[in-house]
Amino acid sequence: MPAALVNVPPKARRGAVIEIKTLMSHVMEPGYRHTAAGEVVPRDIITSFTCRFNGAEIFRADLFPAIAANPFLSFFTTASESGKFEFEWIGDNGFVATASAAITVE
Amino acid sequence: MRPQALLAAALLGMALPVLAGEIAPSGRRSGYDFMSADSKAMQDDDTANPAMLSVLEGETLWTTKAGAADKSCSDCHGAVDVSMKGVAARYPAFSAASAAPVDLGQRVNLCRRQHQEADPFAPESRELLALTALIAKQSRGMPITAGGDPRLASSVARGRELFVQRQGQLNLACANCHDDNWDKHLAGSAITQGQPTGYPIYRLEWQGMGSLQRRLRGCMTGIRAQAFDFDAPDMIALELYLMSRAHGMTMDAPAVRP
Ligand code: HEC
Ligand code: HEC
Repeated sequence: MPAALVNVPPKARRGAVIEIKTLMSHVMEPGYRHTAAGEVVPRDIITSFTCRFNGAEIFRADLFPAIAANPFLSFFTTASESGKFEFEWIGDNGFVATASAAITVE
Repeated sequence: MRPQALLAAALLGMALPVLAGEIAPSGRRSGYDFMSADSKAMQDDDTANPAMLSVLEGETLWTTKAGAADKSCSDCHGAVDVSMKGVAARYPAFSAASAAPVDLGQRVNLCRRQHQEADPFAPESRELLALTALIAKQSRGMPITAGGDPRLASSVARGRELFVQRQGQLNLACANCHDDNWDKHLAGSAITQGQPTGYPIYRLEWQGMGSLQRRLRGCMTGIRAQAFDFDAPDMIALELYLMSRAHGMTMDAPAVRP
């Protein structure tokens, strides 16, 4: 599994706005570059990122070749109940990576 | 200042003797201090600093058995946060086995060869960067102490000689930029003092990790000089001089740099 870092506050007050940060290791090769020998370096990027909370999708992003290596995505959500965030990155060449983090809402 | 004026200011150095005004200890500043607020925030947050991905890989390698000896780093060294605390802050160090100074990457490869009986990692390989990033992180916040060993004296002196030696088609010495003009800019980049506090680094321009050696090769190519080979004795001497020049500065590895 490729290295991923997710940052979710372990605890939050009900109704609080919380920030979620994710960092995924990936080359994000845009597919527009050439080797010294003139051959195209094939595209190899993450194309989609999804975050689900207790099974329901709460955030999704499509990614494109202009995005730098090791994509860092951060977004906000409202802490409604305790549960589990599940993160999924999907990309070229069958790339799939997942991570999860729990939160306690009181 | 406008970039043109700054370039002119740097190139003006060509006509002057090397001043090599050494920076007083109280005036030493890490590359961190010259970064934008955004880059500082990226370095400060371990879940935003992309170098931490390399550290994570290093943690896996640390406990992976390898080589004919079928031993992992942790089999001999135990917990990395205990055994490797402060180690990176005193490298390059003298290696009795090599009868020469070795930098941290070379030290890791000595263990690969002698203790794991495995092939050494290539310079700038993912694995070597990951392990050195993991080890360097254990020196975060600690003062740099490399270069004190008397057996290193001749190598430190050689490194200093190289630092003040003009080279390349632009005929500039490291000192022309990093001692004499560190507070200026070159084509939009802060020149900085060229302090080695954060290596290996995640460099935004590279979109990846790199060692101090890679960074130094970049500066040599920039002045159109023949860059030293990876691990060449002069390369190690230059690294060693930079670390001794940064004596007492706080390590901020693995750092982010523009
Ligand atoms: C023409 C000016 C110039 C010369 C000469 C030069 N450098 Fe640099 N150096 C720079 C600039 C500009 C940067 C910063 C680039 C950036 O980060 O965008 C830099 C960065 C560095 C860094 C990275 C510092 C950090 O915070 O990580 C080190 C170390 C360094 N140089 C060492 C050297 C050495 C050793 C030499 C001589 C072989 C040298 N430089 C020659 C301009 C120069
Ligand atoms: C079989 C035991 C063994 C294994 C396996 C081993 N080492 Fe070592 N290591 C040593 C010994 C012993 C030393 C002390 C110097 C010497 O005698 O070579 C050392 C020294 C070091 C040092 C220098 C420490 C200092 O204080 O200067 C570093 C860094 C290091 N090892 C990293 C590693 C890494 C990374 C790995 C895994 C890739 C590893 N070692 C695997 C035995 C081992």
